[in-house]
Amino acid sequence: MLIIILKILIPFLIIFNMIPFLIWLERKGSAYIQDRHGPNRAAFFGIRLGGMLHSLADVLKLITKEDIIPLHVHKPFYLLAPFLALTVACVTYAVVPFAHPIEINGEPFTFQAADLNVGILYILAMASLGVYGVMLAGWSSNNKYSLLGGVRSSAQMLSYEIAMGLSLISVLMVGGSLELNNLVISQGATPWSWNFLTQPVAFFLFTTAAFAETNRNPFDLPEGESELVAGYHTEYSSMKFAMFFMAEYAHVIMASALIALLFFGGWQVPLMSTDFLREQAGLGLYILLLAHGILFMVAGIFLLTWFKKGKYGDLRDYEVLVWGIPLVLAGLGLSLYTLLHGSFDLTPLGSQIFAAVVQFMTFMAKILFFCWFFIWIRWTLPRFRYDQLMGLGWKVMLPLGLMNLAVTGIILLMR
Amino acid sequence: MISSYVPILVLFVFAGLFAGAFLGISALLGPKKKSHAGDSIYECGPAPVGGARERFSVKFFLVAILFILFDIEVVFLFPWAILFRQFVNEGMGLFVFVEMAVFLVILVLGYIFVWRKRALDWR
Repeated sequence: MLIIILKILIPFLIIFNMIPFLIWLERKGSAYIQDRHGPNRAAFFGIRLGGMLHSLADVLKLITKEDIIPLHVHKPFYLLAPFLALTVACVTYAVVPFAHPIEINGEPFTFQAADLNVGILYILAMASLGVYGVMLAGWSSNNKYSLLGGVRSSAQMLSYEIAMGLSLISVLMVGGSLELNNLVISQGATPWSWNFLTQPVAFFLFTTAAFAETNRNPFDLPEGESELVAGYHTEYSSMKFAMFFMAEYAHVIMASALIALLFFGGWQVPLMSTDFLREQAGLGLYILLLAHGILFMVAGIFLLTWFKKGKYGDLRDYEVLVWGIPLVLAGLGLSLYTLLHGSFDLTPLGSQIFAAVVQFMTFMAKILFFCWFFIWIRWTLPRFRYDQLMGLGWKVMLPLGLMNLAVTGIILLMR
Repeated sequence: MISSYVPILVLFVFAGLFAGAFLGISALLGPKKKSHAGDSIYECGPAPVGGARERFSVKFFLVAILFILFDIEVVFLFPWAILFRQFVNEGMGLFVFVEMAVFLVILVLGYIFVWRKRALDWR
């Protein structure tokens, strides 16, 4: 029972600590794309973390804001909508595998909260429940903007779910399993055998559909600020508004994880299979620690070069020292320790854990890259018009998905 | 088999508590004022004309109906897709593929009909 709770809690904490980070990344990234500085004001004794404290300040602000429930809303559904949106967003990651399963005392130990044999179907089912939150919010707000946002959003999510399902089917034909772990293993460790190269059309369709399902630009018609104020969450304030926001980012993380799992080999380290990692665990740990030591030192020295006395004339001057000096020291310590210790000799269990850690780190790097991809697209492309959006979903993606299915079937038959 | 769903149940309870806590926290910690303009519809914008409980475009219903048709088709495809490789390995690949192709062709005929009837046009 304790293991079950830990398995649930740890990914949960990772994902919910990624949300403020992603909000920071979105604000900072959009700022650099638009050639401005982005958030950099909020400070705590001069510590700004490059604007990351803004996310923390936002949370405090939102929690202590007045909790307005307007008189004209349908109260039960009005309260249920953000609850449903966040709950549904929280439960989807249960079947995501974070690393290759290991064996402890002969018993298999998986790095996923629930080892369901319907894996991907569970994710699809839970993710599509998200439409209820949006629709209830739109209807119960009793506001024309919200209603329009709600119906638009539900129509859009329904339309793109078909394209998403169709693109998945060709991937499943190649992979031959619904379990995400098996799908990842079947892709192998070489990047050219990953599904984004063997199934390029499916990758394109799935990514587009994922953007539409998460209501992100260029498909953010439900929120369309310029026409619908804020769409379905116009009448929401304080933490209830933030809950829709958190649900959206949780969906973005989930969609990134799915793209990584299905098309980019999930936790597979490029060119290094699980067996290879386990065999070379001692050497791998040595290289990993040394590389981190050097990386910390370089990052610390890079930060220290920014130090200029009297730049701001207050505590903010010393922020780079607060981060730079410990980084350099930690990097120096780590490198020296590794060099003096020499090669590592790991037990079989230790080498399995090492392989799992490296795979976990690779998977997180892939997820972060696709989260950044979502942000990148949002601040690069303009928004679709609604008829274009529905036309793309029904007239382009659906036939493309069917054709891709037929071609995949024929290729599999010919082999 | 059913025991593998225990973590899901725990997770649902956990996620529900988490979301409920957020609802509770903002209700508890926020300042409370009585009788203000925030209670009105779209408080900071123009006064609304008429209510929001009006009829909206029938297109949205059409999309929902088409969704059910095509999504059921996708659901039918899932088990077929999983077993396709096995059938190919056993030499039954062509038979299984043609069976599904017949099903898809019937569906595509319906799709063309819907397209020709302009049910997919949005205007």
